[in-house]
Amino acid sequence: MSTTQHQRDDWPLYEVFVRGKRGLNHVHVGSLHAADDRMALTHARDLYTRRNEGVSIWAVRSEHIAASTRDEKDPFFAPSADKVYRHPTFYDIPDDVPHI
Amino acid sequence: MATSQSSRSTAGGAGSDLQEHFDATIALNQRIEPRDWMPEGYRKTLIRQVAQHAHSEIIGMQPEGEWITRAPSLRRKAILFAKVQDEAGHGLYLYSAAETLGADRAQLTEWLIEGRQKYSSIFNYPTPNFADVGVIGWFVDGAAICNQVPLCRSSYGPYARAMVRICKEESFHQRQGYELLMTMMRGTDAQREMVQDAVNRWWWPSLMMFGPPDDNSPNSAASMAWRIKRHSNDELRQRFVDMTVPQAAKLGVTLPDPELRWDQERGHHDFGTPDWDEFQRVISGDGPCNAQRIERRRTAHEEGTWVREAAAAHAAKQATRAHKGAAA
Amino acid sequence: MSDDHVYLSLAEGHESGDERWAFGTGFEDPLYGVDTAVPDGVDTAELAASCLALGDDALVSTQRLAEWTTRAPELEEEVALANIGLDLLGQARLLYARCGQVDGTGRGEDAYAYFRDAEDFRPVRLAELPNGDFAFCVARLLVLSSWRLAHFHHLTASPDPVLAAIAAKGVKELTYHRQYAAEWVVRLGDGTEESHRRMRAALEQVGPYLDELFTAYDAQEEVAAVLRQVTQAAGLPFPAGQSLPGAGRDGDHTEHLALLLAELQSVARAHPEATW
Repeated sequence: MSTTQHQRDDWPLYEVFVRGKRGLNHVHVGSLHAADDRMALTHARDLYTRRNEGVSIWAVRSEHIAASTRDEKDPFFAPSADKVYRHPTFYDIPDDVPHI
Repeated sequence: MATSQSSRSTAGGAGSDLQEHFDATIALNQRIEPRDWMPEGYRKTLIRQVAQHAHSEIIGMQPEGEWITRAPSLRRKAILFAKVQDEAGHGLYLYSAAETLGADRAQLTEWLIEGRQKYSSIFNYPTPNFADVGVIGWFVDGAAICNQVPLCRSSYGPYARAMVRICKEESFHQRQGYELLMTMMRGTDAQREMVQDAVNRWWWPSLMMFGPPDDNSPNSAASMAWRIKRHSNDELRQRFVDMTVPQAAKLGVTLPDPELRWDQERGHHDFGTPDWDEFQRVISGDGPCNAQRIERRRTAHEEGTWVREAAAAHAAKQATRAHKGAAA
Repeated sequence: MSDDHVYLSLAEGHESGDERWAFGTGFEDPLYGVDTAVPDGVDTAELAASCLALGDDALVSTQRLAEWTTRAPELEEEVALANIGLDLLGQARLLYARCGQVDGTGRGEDAYAYFRDAEDFRPVRLAELPNGDFAFCVARLLVLSSWRLAHFHHLTASPDPVLAAIAAKGVKELTYHRQYAAEWVVRLGDGTEESHRRMRAALEQVGPYLDELFTAYDAQEEVAAVLRQVTQAAGLPFPAGQSLPGAGRDGDHTEHLALLLAELQSVARAHPEATW
């Protein structure tokens, strides 16, 4: 591989939390890689809110999360308001086509 | 990564208590979470399965991605662009799930490029005609959904949750495909021919997506016991055929299988046997597009190295500057 | 098996029927409630030309971004570049649709994208250039998004309510595009020797195309301010260079435009009677 020995090209892992709408908690939605905090936020916006899923994002380096016990440290879960084609109900399929 | 170390250290002293606790959790149909103790075989099998799934999403961008720049209407262009983008996103969700098991995305990518890990054989077929975009949505995403919906209840929490998100997003993928085909079938003769041609080429490879027949599926038994696989290959294949046949009739296309017929007694469709020799050839690297798919992924990864290094170097410099600033 | 029906089982345990679909199903039509009648006193020929040119910039940029698909330096960047491409494609569609409403032809968006020849397109030439490396991608994006953002800010006060609404939507998108590009220019300028060298070369390549932008819409001050700030933070020289004669807005194009359009239009033109 072309990766040089002294230069790392893999970015650290971040955990992403999204507030779905005002009044709700931030909820863990998943993780991603980013070189720095700003990149983590832009990536989180692009990846985890492309269907309008959030009004606010937290991103934190995974290694900075303190977890309660060896059991259960839970990574996972959770805008672009005009991208209606990302949704199945956008497609007009006759009612008599089964299972689609 | 961080999540695996604690489990590994506890695995050193893995007594029967831990194994019992694990077995009980599985038996109760509850989820295993990243920091739980788990048998090494479970971890390895899951990493292999999740990574293969992630690789399939990423390699799977290529056959359809070829058509984004040529999509024949701006609406279709937007749909296809968003769909292929989703596949990148799904690959990311799945690599993240694999990372909670102690795998590392960079490593998994190397293994993919070196041919040490596999991806779905379906993506080694070419897409010579725009109707392929529709048929991939209808068949390939339809088959993927049959495979994936049961995995939303996989025993491994992060994988199950990734699958829920992916399945919900993919429901648009199948529908956009079918809708495109319906539109084309209402169009010109040339368009109808394109659709039938694509159906003929993708039908058998789609049936192969469910893997070899149950009596020849080496990893299935353990995976079923661990509930990281929930239905057998043949069961899922049957479900896909039963689901697709009436859709084909509605569309007005012919599925290229002379043995296909409804079996009143079984309550299922009978169908012919896929060419398993072809499956073996394609899965072991000798399909029409294997070399090209891996080469594209390799090139993107290698040509991106300087970018990823630069971002890491900038982040390191920024951290040093912040540190110096704080000290001064 | 409770997951017999592939979709219904996704909705288990949820009251409302929409749970089986992806998250977030609220949509905003950017033109909702906007009166499409052209107000008195608006020069429709000028309005149509303006919509067409801005649509062309967006469509050609989208095409270049789409070419990055499966070639981006990291998977997260695949997703980001596609989002930007989709935003611009959305802008192109709205602008073409408006053009068809006001130029008297009643044509739809696809007529403009697929059934005009290269000499009838009016994009700025910077948008036409082939992709090059990721440094050129973000250098071009920084310049074009800063320039377009300034123009769209201005257009939010357009006497045409439709163009004003399109611009208002675009401002939000372009603000993000500019931020994404600016962050990357700084990273690459500051990162390693190689990335610095590539970023510098990319800015040099962009330099000669700047004047053409400011002739089309004079946002020299705004764009220069952004470029100054970003290049300073990145330790890079301000992009300069002998400006090229001619302008895409006048129909002067690089040799790359015809090739780009040949690919974009290939399927649509092979089946002129078809609907998709």
